Amino acid sequence: MDAVFYKLIPLLPFLAFLLVGLGGHWINSRAHLIAVPAVLGSLLLSILALLEAGGGKNAAIPLYTWMTSGDLTIELGLYVDPLTAAMLVLVTTVSSLVHIYTIGYMRGDKGYARFFAYIALFTFSMLMLVMADNFLQLFVFWEAVGLCSYLLIGHWYERDTARSAATKAFLVNRVGDFGFLLGLLLVLFTFGTLDYRHVFAQAADFAGATINLFAPIGGTWQVSTLTLICVLLFIGAIGKSAQFPLHVWLPDAMEGPTPISALIHAATMVTAGVFMVARLAPLYNLSPVAMDVVAATGALTMLLGASIALSQNDIKRIVAYSTVSQLGYMVMACGLGAYTAGMYHLLTHGAFKALLFLASGSVIIALHHEQDIRRMGGLKDKLPITYWTMVIGSLALAGFPFTSGFFSKDEILVGAWSSGSFGKVLAILGLLTAGLTAFYSFRLVFVAFWGRSRVDPHHAGHIHEPSSTMTLPLLVLALLSIAAGYVGIPQFLTPVFGEGEAHHGSASLVIMSAATVLGLVGIAVAYVFYVRSPGIADRLAAQWRPLHDLSFHKWYVDEMYDRVIVRPTFQLADRMWANIDVGIIDGAVNGVARAIAWWGWFMRLFQSGQTQHYALGMTLGAVLILTAYLLF
Amino acid sequence: MVPVSYYVVLSAIVFTTGLVGVLIRRNIIIILLSIELMLNATNINFVAFSYYLGNVAGQVFVFFALTVAAAEVAVGLAIIIALYRNKASINVDEFQLLKW
Repeated sequence: MDAVFYKLIPLLPFLAFLLVGLGGHWINSRAHLIAVPAVLGSLLLSILALLEAGGGKNAAIPLYTWMTSGDLTIELGLYVDPLTAAMLVLVTTVSSLVHIYTIGYMRGDKGYARFFAYIALFTFSMLMLVMADNFLQLFVFWEAVGLCSYLLIGHWYERDTARSAATKAFLVNRVGDFGFLLGLLLVLFTFGTLDYRHVFAQAADFAGATINLFAPIGGTWQVSTLTLICVLLFIGAIGKSAQFPLHVWLPDAMEGPTPISALIHAATMVTAGVFMVARLAPLYNLSPVAMDVVAATGALTMLLGASIALSQNDIKRIVAYSTVSQLGYMVMACGLGAYTAGMYHLLTHGAFKALLFLASGSVIIALHHEQDIRRMGGLKDKLPITYWTMVIGSLALAGFPFTSGFFSKDEILVGAWSSGSFGKVLAILGLLTAGLTAFYSFRLVFVAFWGRSRVDPHHAGHIHEPSSTMTLPLLVLALLSIAAGYVGIPQFLTPVFGEGEAHHGSASLVIMSAATVLGLVGIAVAYVFYVRSPGIADRLAAQWRPLHDLSFHKWYVDEMYDRVIVRPTFQLADRMWANIDVGIIDGAVNGVARAIAWWGWFMRLFQSGQTQHYALGMTLGAVLILTAYLLF
Repeated sequence: MVPVSYYVVLSAIVFTTGLVGVLIRRNIIIILLSIELMLNATNINFVAFSYYLGNVAGQVFVFFALTVAAAEVAVGLAIIIALYRNKASINVDEFQLLKW
């Protein structure tokens, strides 16, 4: 494929952004006529790139030299190998479907064109991120997708909650990005270049290198340079991919319109951290410590997300916590060296999680922006397409046999099981989480779609399926949620990571059946709790009050941040305002004015209006000058 | 011959008298008179040095000073009359118009 076509993949959405963004005033409700074809064009080219990459031809396309300073040359370029190609197809597919879905979801919104402009900009940034061939380009677009996320979460900026959610997402990501930036600088410091290929080629030479962390204060603490680089970069991933302890922004980001929850906060941007770890596999492989950090963080996040999702009542928040949990799976897989499995799950998850979000969005629209599942119920006959696609998405999420999630999750669990005793522990946690996942995803289905209708009687009469622009993406994604398991993604990705075929021994069979059984048990328990005898769940919750509270209050992480960071910051700001701003800065300004006023008052005393006083002044002056003249 | 220092001392005494009169008296006419005293003190100096140095320019200068003084008194008295018409007083404490 010609280089120009590769360049067009990110360029098309960017052009759409420019057109819709700058001309939004004139093309307001026709914005989709520009954005949708542009993204579909990218999708088509991405599929071509995928076929090309599948044929073993990697593309490396230099764009231009951004800066040259001494020995440092930074070039922008595109690099497409199977890993990138798979991400390209994921991003453009979900983006296209979300673009189409948006036509229906955002119809009549006064920010219609603005919304399309931002999702086109996001698509461009995300494509550039995955196609980056050096760390700086990765970082720049890493920030750009964060910016788009901020802008889109705050799309309905009249709402207080949307504004604070956007700010929260931005600030929390800033913590992670700071780590990322430090890691990037350390790469530059160590290797003298930011280009992937040069860094990877030299990485092995630095395997034993150490760096003294306490040098500035005269101490000695030798740390492996590569470990430090990997951990710092991973801090960026913790922020972007919503890993514990920086996961708090993702559930709040659900304040944004549902299409972006599907696009940014489920399928693409939040997976950037996983992608980054996979992309930098040659570095991570050299640092066992960093790998363990990655795996442990992922496992903890996986368990945390799933346990919180059990008790939430907001339909989007349940799906959001499930995203946190599934991202934990992927990160854990990468941390255990099972990059193929992690990326496999990333791709299948992209399909079924986008589906779950878009289906939730369809429910939300049908119920006139009702998001609480306790006020739904009995929707399955009124919203059949939404219901069935939601069931397919939930089955895939729960790892039900022969859906895509089943294959990819098993790949992760088997990969974990076969990587040492640490991996075995994590695999067992993963199995446990699989059971929880099945339970909460079907809790959502049963509570929202089954049983008696608890919908506000106001809207109950006219619940109907949304327009075809919204149901079409649901159907396509439902198809993909199943089909993604059969197209040989692991085999496609294997050349990138050079791993052996997953071990299909007897152990893997045990794991596979255990995961399946746990998944089915989870679904069955959800059925018993929420359909057969609805009282059980509440009784259990009352009986295990502390556990239920822990889950319901999201492990008190937000409260902890509030106590430890937010409130002290506000107090500090308060004190700075009262003392430094009012005291010193205002004090200085007002002090100058007051000094001048006093001086004026003082000088006025000499202006008596009495000619004789002036004459006395003159005389004294003359005497003074004369005296001085005579004395000196 | 009377030494020049005598004239200078006399002139200083007259000048100081005039100056003190300007500064402490409240009656405008007295102040005007005191100004005349100061002018004449300088005249004494001019004449004394003119004679002592044998240079007539000093005495010429005194004539000018006398002329100017006469004109000044005329203007001064006119101002005093104007002031008196305003306030029915010639006490300088009453006149504080040059303020702020």
